[in-house]
Amino acid sequence: MMSRLAETWRRAADSDIWWSFTRSKLVMLSALITVVFFVAAYGAPLIAPHNPFDLASLNLADGFKPPVWVDGGEANFLLGTDDQGRDILSTIMYGSRTSLSVGFLAVIFAMVLGITLGLVAGYMGGAVDAFIMRVADVQLSFPAILIAMLVDGVTRGLLGADKHSEAAITVLVVSIGLSYWVQYARTVRGSVLVEKNKEYVQAARVIGLPGPLIAIRHVLPNVMGPVLVIATINLALAVITEATLSFLGVGLPPTQPSLGTLINTGQQYLLSGEWWITIFPGAALAILVLSVNLLGDWLRDALNPRLR
Amino acid sequence: MGSPKLLEVRNLRVEFPTRRGTLVAVDDVSLEIAAGEVLGVVGESGAGKSMTGAAIIGLLEPPGRIAAGEILLEGRRIDNLPYSEMRRIRGRQIGAIFQDPLTSLNPLYRVGDQLIETILTHLPMSHADARRRAVQLLADVGIPSPEERVDHYPHQFSGGMRQRVVIALALAAEPKLIIADEPTTALDVSIQAQIITLLKRLCREHGTAVMLVTHDMGVIAETADRVAVMYAGRIAEIGPVQDVIKTPHHPYTSGLMGAIPSMTHKHERLTQIDGSMPRLNAIPQGCAFNPRCPKVFDRCRVERPEPMPAGSSEVACWLVKEGAHV
Amino acid sequence: MSEGGKKTGMPMLTVSGLKRVFDVSAPWLNRVLESKPRSLVRAVDGVSFSINPGETFSLVGESGCGKSTVARLIVGLYEPSEGSVNFEGHEIGAAAERRRHRDIQARMQMIFQDPYASLNPRWRVGKIIAEPIRFGGLLKDNAAVEKRVGELLTQVGLSPADAKKYPHEFSGGQRQRVSIARALAGQPEFLVCDEPTSALDVSVQAQILNLMKDLQRNLGLTYLFISHNLAVVYHVSDKVGVMYLGRLVEWADTETLFSDPKHPYTRMLLDAIPDLDMTGRARTPVAGEVPSPLNPPPGCSFHPRCPLASERCRTEVPAAQPFAGGSVACHAVEEGRLPPWKPQAAA
Repeated sequence: MMSRLAETWRRAADSDIWWSFTRSKLVMLSALITVVFFVAAYGAPLIAPHNPFDLASLNLADGFKPPVWVDGGEANFLLGTDDQGRDILSTIMYGSRTSLSVGFLAVIFAMVLGITLGLVAGYMGGAVDAFIMRVADVQLSFPAILIAMLVDGVTRGLLGADKHSEAAITVLVVSIGLSYWVQYARTVRGSVLVEKNKEYVQAARVIGLPGPLIAIRHVLPNVMGPVLVIATINLALAVITEATLSFLGVGLPPTQPSLGTLINTGQQYLLSGEWWITIFPGAALAILVLSVNLLGDWLRDALNPRLR
Repeated sequence: MGSPKLLEVRNLRVEFPTRRGTLVAVDDVSLEIAAGEVLGVVGESGAGKSMTGAAIIGLLEPPGRIAAGEILLEGRRIDNLPYSEMRRIRGRQIGAIFQDPLTSLNPLYRVGDQLIETILTHLPMSHADARRRAVQLLADVGIPSPEERVDHYPHQFSGGMRQRVVIALALAAEPKLIIADEPTTALDVSIQAQIITLLKRLCREHGTAVMLVTHDMGVIAETADRVAVMYAGRIAEIGPVQDVIKTPHHPYTSGLMGAIPSMTHKHERLTQIDGSMPRLNAIPQGCAFNPRCPKVFDRCRVERPEPMPAGSSEVACWLVKEGAHV
Repeated sequence: MSEGGKKTGMPMLTVSGLKRVFDVSAPWLNRVLESKPRSLVRAVDGVSFSINPGETFSLVGESGCGKSTVARLIVGLYEPSEGSVNFEGHEIGAAAERRRHRDIQARMQMIFQDPYASLNPRWRVGKIIAEPIRFGGLLKDNAAVEKRVGELLTQVGLSPADAKKYPHEFSGGQRQRVSIARALAGQPEFLVCDEPTSALDVSVQAQILNLMKDLQRNLGLTYLFISHNLAVVYHVSDKVGVMYLGRLVEWADTETLFSDPKHPYTRMLLDAIPDLDMTGRARTPVAGEVPSPLNPPPGCSFHPRCPLASERCRTEVPAAQPFAGGSVACHAVEEGRLPPWKPQAAA
């Protein structure tokens, strides 16, 4: 077991991907920032200086404290506090956790849906393929935000406001996932069309393997490269979409704030002097999205043999 | 003026720096081509034959580079020329024909325009004269109704006809040397014969020398005056085509000849050379062929043989030194 | 289950009147808008031949002649538009029949042309070779499968330790050996080899051809060998069929076909072979090229390039005329207009 692990490690350290990773300072910086975000977000209950959702620890007297380097700032609240005296740094950490979770789940939902439909369309071809791809075309003619708002609106109407805020995360994940599956389906279908004519797939057919088994065992692993790239870039997109929806008020309720909710609640103080309440979550969102996007770009180039 | 040779390659070494060390694709290759001569360069994939051709014409793909040696065209060094000057030599003095005719033709331009452009770049001529010459060239390479075909796009030609257009393009500025890299490999047998015959006739008529790079001994046997057999980046044997084919001195050459199924004698088994060409990052010490050689002895494993005369050929093999005949 | 051909002296495989039409039309909407008709390619147009047990039957022809399509029709990668494929007495042409005869499918395997595309790049070689064994349920426990994979690797000239490697760690020739090991894993009797050596270097080609001959002798295999290389075909085959634009224009036993070719196209192909023994000899250049299969000439499809073409050749498709040890489809042969064969090499 240990030797297997050592072997895997040796292969990874020797691989072209790792090599191209170590060659770019920008990519390494992006990866570092992304990792810091993840640690800060998912480790928030352990490392955040305050728990902004523990009502007992909140003190309204701490409200509107500016960041520490501005006059009136306190070392206790590095990035200042909001109207209710919550520490901005801590709310960003907790908010990032919500944002990233929604992003991840949405990407996984879109991926599973898109890969399945793309695989079925590409491998079966004919009328099934035509039907799935036309649905995808129709879907593409609506902007993602519109679809997300539509799903959100419908569930809000069906569930009522109370139930809806309980199910808010699920609704967000489904509505964001639904608006991004097309990309996966198209990419997977295209790769499947190429792969299924390769001789190793034909060899599997001559052995007598049934179609679905060939699609899953042989074709699927060989089309995952581009999917990984899309998933990375889509994570950034999903985080932004979630933030947009939350900012517009159709996303997460203020009791479960995400970065978008934080920006939304802070923006009313932007012009009255308390800029830090909205600027810091905004900057956090921008940096996170930029880092993940840069990683995605690098991954796309690193996996493309023509650019190597 | 210096040498009577049209092209002289001296101790050429082509390297590919990679992150895992430098690969030597062509190692200490020397060869000459006289005016009007057809030199075949034959070898299996990875032997460095195409790389040698690319180095001569100045089209090595980066990061590949000429690390040592020199290339002389009519006694003048061309391996260290700046890009713009090399571009003038390409086409005007050295023409090129590649395996896939589609990569040599721009799909967006009529073949006539591509020919005229090449002619005008290199020869002082009016546009009307260049067009007349383009039509003449298409007629020369055996394209029916050239006046009409000159205005067609590459996709309107079949594979064999496209390769004829590429030959016309290579000949457009009357170069003294043509580097033909696997010119018939992508074509069917019956078309191959047409193209080889055409290439031979045109080169005889125009007095053009040809460096014919191929893996096909049959094509070499029919076309070349002399042949260089390459193995793992080096020339194993070079000499008149009759001698190399009929009385090969290098065990690799004789193995290669025995491996080709014959149409005249049916054998139960083919002579086989075990193993395969070494990868560039694992070229054996001594003679690169020693792990596969049926006649290997101690010296082969430690010391690299340089080309030495054997009959009318030059052979890089210690057996020649020992006086043994393969 | 009957053992089919072997006992009764019947052919192992018989294809008769095999046809396959491919629809290469533009999508429906484009066709309607541009008012174009459907375009159909008759890739295989009425091919019949049979292969006896233990024999090597080769199909030769230039690219686009339909030889690979015949191979794929036989192993079931395509379904015939018309005609039948009979394997050891069982009809397996249509997909439904083939599904019914899973056990028969297991007795035929295929070796492909491109050793770089025919192995799943993400699987270890051992897993690739084990797949037919596991899927066919030939062996159950892992140790036995592993042992069998080792035997197969040894049989094709590799070492059992190679099972742990990935395809990219091998050279082209070694990959083709892995391909052969996979084909042998299901213990087939009949192998369809689609240009198995045309992507390989000459010295490696010799290794693979020798290996295939050894395996045939040791395991009693029957081969259908597809190639464009006449010298290779001459070396490996017992019988040879020549295809042109989807039709089998001539077949005969190897010696007859190469010493006394009848169809003008066969003669043209033989003339075009580069000859190593005759340095400096000019090959006979043949006029013209293979016409597009989208729009084949009427009558005998070879007539635009044929020196013997008559009015009849331009209108009427010639039927196959049997002769001792073979068959040829040519009006000139039937009418006795064929000049005697003078091979160029003797000149």
